[in-house]
Amino acid sequence: MLWILQRASAAVLALCVVVHLATMIYAVQGGLSAAEILGRTRGNYGWLAFYSTFVLACAVHVPIGLRAVLAEWVAWRSGSRDIALAVFAALLAAMGMRAVVGVFL
Amino acid sequence: MTLQVRVWRGGTSGEFQSFEVPRYPSQTVLDVVTHIQRALDSTLAYRFACRVGMCGSCAMTVNGVARWTCRTHVDKVATDGALEIAPLRNLPVIRDLVTDMSQFFDKWAQARGQFAGGTTRNDDFAKVEPQSAQREQIDAAIECIGCGVCYASCDVVAWNPDYLGPAALNRAWTLVNDVRDTTNAQRLRAIAGDAGCHACHTHVSCTERCPKQISPTAGIAGLKRAVAKAALRGEL
Repeated sequence: MLWILQRASAAVLALCVVVHLATMIYAVQGGLSAAEILGRTRGNYGWLAFYSTFVLACAVHVPIGLRAVLAEWVAWRSGSRDIALAVFAALLAAMGMRAVVGVFL
Repeated sequence: MTLQVRVWRGGTSGEFQSFEVPRYPSQTVLDVVTHIQRALDSTLAYRFACRVGMCGSCAMTVNGVARWTCRTHVDKVATDGALEIAPLRNLPVIRDLVTDMSQFFDKWAQARGQFAGGTTRNDDFAKVEPQSAQREQIDAAIECIGCGVCYASCDVVAWNPDYLGPAALNRAWTLVNDVRDTTNAQRLRAIAGDAGCHACHTHVSCTERCPKQISPTAGIAGLKRAVAKAALRGEL
């Protein structure tokens, strides 16, 4: 199931990264200020939904990848690893969502 | 013309010993090892049987790469007239060039590599169309002779000693595609998870090194898909 989650989140991330980069390249054409960014994101439910998806996909994808890295590189395979990674996933989601909500409100 | 040969001596700990071996036309690495054992040092331990690439027992690490020594010409691998011959990687060394392959074959059993049919001798033969999609998928995979070259070449095995490895998973893949087998649900359960097909990083070293040109990587990818489908259907 973790494998399916990682594959599915990777597909979501691929799309999110492309949209994110394309939007950045398009938006900075004529120079860009913080006020301009906030002007576009504040109150915009579309960007709220998009970046929430982006953040949550990261929170799913990254810890599963790290799980394999920890097992193979530092031989950390016990249950404590999975607990630590669940905490890390929650931290990623919380910090990411804080940023998303920060530019929405 | 002579060849400078460094051969591993000892067990898991040991050192390389140097020998000077005469060069012959069409000489294989197995010929070199045999010459050392017969003419220079009779205490050298190594394993071989058929000498013609059928049995899979003479695999060793030759100049850093796992190979069948019987089918490897010295010309092809002896850069600057030098050879370094070591036991297969990722397996405990018994002595010199001989590894203990128990764990390698135990993993075949763990991956449910045993065929389990559902018919008796009183039933008719199963008819498997050679051109059927499932049968064609394993045309190459069923040719595995269990030499251990893929297992020794796999970095994931080195990092995760529980990993079943390319050969055992290749065996499981042949059975998953065998329409006669009746235990595929249990097999997919056995090969899913951290020690199973999902641990493969698709480095493709097994496929690159397999002397039978089998692609365990493709089989493992097929197993990942089969496990995912079964999981989504709630069969695992």
